[in-house]
Amino acid sequence: MLRVENLNSWYGASHVLQDIGLEVNKGEIVCLIGRNGAGKTTTLKSIIGLLDKTSGSVTFKGKEVLGQPAHVRFALGLAYVPEERRIVQGLTVRENLRLGLVASPDKKDEVRRIAQIAEIFPRLAERLDQEAVTMSGGEQQMLAIARAMIAKPDLIMLDEPSEGIMPVLVDEMFELFRRMKSEGTTVLLVEQNVELALDIADRAYVLDQGSVVHHATAAALLANDEIKERYCSV
Amino acid sequence: MSGLSFDLIALQLFTGLALGAIYVLFAIGLSLIFGMLTVVNFAHGAFYMVGAYVGLFLLSLGGNFWLCLVAVPLIVGTSGLIVERFLIRPLYGRGIDYPLLLTFGLSYVMVELIRIAFGKSGYPFDTPEILQGAVNIGVGYFPLYRLFVIGIAAVVLLGLWLFLERTSFGLIIRAGARDPQIVRVLGVNVSRVWLFVFGIGSGIAGLAGLLAAPLQGVIPEMGATILAEAFVVTVVGGMGSIGGAVIAGLLVGVVVSMTSLFAPEMAKVSIFALMAIVLLIRPQGFFGRAGLMS
Repeated sequence: MLRVENLNSWYGASHVLQDIGLEVNKGEIVCLIGRNGAGKTTTLKSIIGLLDKTSGSVTFKGKEVLGQPAHVRFALGLAYVPEERRIVQGLTVRENLRLGLVASPDKKDEVRRIAQIAEIFPRLAERLDQEAVTMSGGEQQMLAIARAMIAKPDLIMLDEPSEGIMPVLVDEMFELFRRMKSEGTTVLLVEQNVELALDIADRAYVLDQGSVVHHATAAALLANDEIKERYCSV
Repeated sequence: MSGLSFDLIALQLFTGLALGAIYVLFAIGLSLIFGMLTVVNFAHGAFYMVGAYVGLFLLSLGGNFWLCLVAVPLIVGTSGLIVERFLIRPLYGRGIDYPLLLTFGLSYVMVELIRIAFGKSGYPFDTPEILQGAVNIGVGYFPLYRLFVIGIAAVVLLGLWLFLERTSFGLIIRAGARDPQIVRVLGVNVSRVWLFVFGIGSGIAGLAGLLAAPLQGVIPEMGATILAEAFVVTVVGGMGSIGGAVIAGLLVGVVVSMTSLFAPEMAKVSIFALMAIVLLIRPQGFFGRAGLMS
C-alpha cells in the first residue's frame, strides 16, 4: 500500500534522512522505533508532504506522491496525526471533527459521520460542544485521532500518540488501534513506548541517525533484547 | 450648560464610531491577512485609496453610489486576487520581510499610477443625495451619511461573522489562522484559501476607501495615513484577531474624536499614546497571541 524507497530529506542544509526504505502492506500495523532524533518524525512528515526538500520515491496505492502537496496525498487516503496533537485553539470538539471532513467528498454527510465517530470515541461524544483545548491531554489525543479518522483514510500515520497521556487512556487508545486494524485500516505508528508498540504491531523498522538499521517482525524484535538495548533505550 | 455638553459628548461619540467603522473595515482585512498569510500588507492602504478612485471613476461614467457599493469591493478584491497570485505567492516560505518589502514597493507603484491617471491633486466626493442632511438621534442632529457608514460596517461585519462561523470555508479560515499546517494535512489546499483571504481583505479595504471618500475627499496619498493608524488598531487589538480589530478600531475612532473635541492638536498623537499604553500593559494587544512574531 505504501512503499518508500531511497528517501532522503533535508532541513535546510542538514541532511536528516539517508536512503530510508520501508513498506507497509494493507491491513498491517507497522511501527517505527528508535531514539529521539533518529528520524522517525521526519520520515512521517516526508511521507505526508510537510518537508520542502526530499528526494527518492514514496508511492501510495501505486501512485508516486513525492513532490505532491500534502492535500493531494490526503485526498488519496493518507492521514497523519502529528506529535503534540495540534488541536486547534478556539474551536469546539465538533468543529475540530468537521475540520477533518472539510476536504472530504463526504462533507454532506457531516452530521451522520460525526455521530458515527462519536460512537467509536465515547469520551468525545459527551463533549462535542466544549472548547477542545479545555479537555485533558489524552482526550485531545483521541480527538486528533478521530479528526484524522473521520474521513475514512486507508492509511493513518500516528506520531507518538501515547506521549504525556495517562496510562489508562493509553490502554484505551491501543485497544482502538487494534480495532482500527480489524476494520481494515492500515497503521504506520511512531512510538516511544516500544514494548507497547511491538505488542500490537505486525512488523517494525528500527531507525538510527536517519537510516533504517534493522527490520523484523514485531515478535522477533520483542525477543531481541540486544537491538532494543542498542537503538531504543533512552 | 451641563446638558448641552453631555449632548455634545454623545454626538462626538457617534462621530468617533463612524470614524472607527472605517478603521474596523480597513483593519479586519489587514489583520486577517497577517493572521493567515503572515504577510504584513503595506499595500492595504493603496487598495483603500484605489477603492475611492474606482468609485470616483464609476460615478464619472454615470454610475450611482449604490452600484459603487457593490462594484468597488468586487473590482478591488479582484485586483487583490491578482496581486496575491502573481506577486506575493512566489515569496511564501522566504520569511516575513520579503512580502513586506514587495507590498511596500507595490503601494508606491499604485499611488503613482493613480497620480498619472487622475492627477496629483485631490477631488471632492459628493455625499449621495439621499444620504445628505442630518437626523435627530436623541442627543442632537447627526449627519445621516455617518450613520449610514456605521450601518454598512455593521452589515459587513455580520456577514463576515456568519461566513466564518457557519460555513466550512469559514471553519478552514479560523483553523488556518491558528495552525496552517494541520489544515494542510487534513486535505485543504491552503494556497487557494490564502488567495481568497487576500481577495476578501483587499475588497473590504476598497469598500472602506469608498465609504471614507465623502467624509474626507479623495487624494492619492489617502491610504498612507490610514495604514499607519490601522497598524495601531491591529497592534492594540492583537495581530491576527478579527474581534480585536473590531473593538480596537472603534476604540481608536472614539479616542481620536474625543481628543479632537477637547484638545484638537492632540488628536493624531492620541492614537499612538493609546498604543503605547496598551503595549505597556498588554504587549500582545487585547486578543493577540504572545510570540506570534517570533
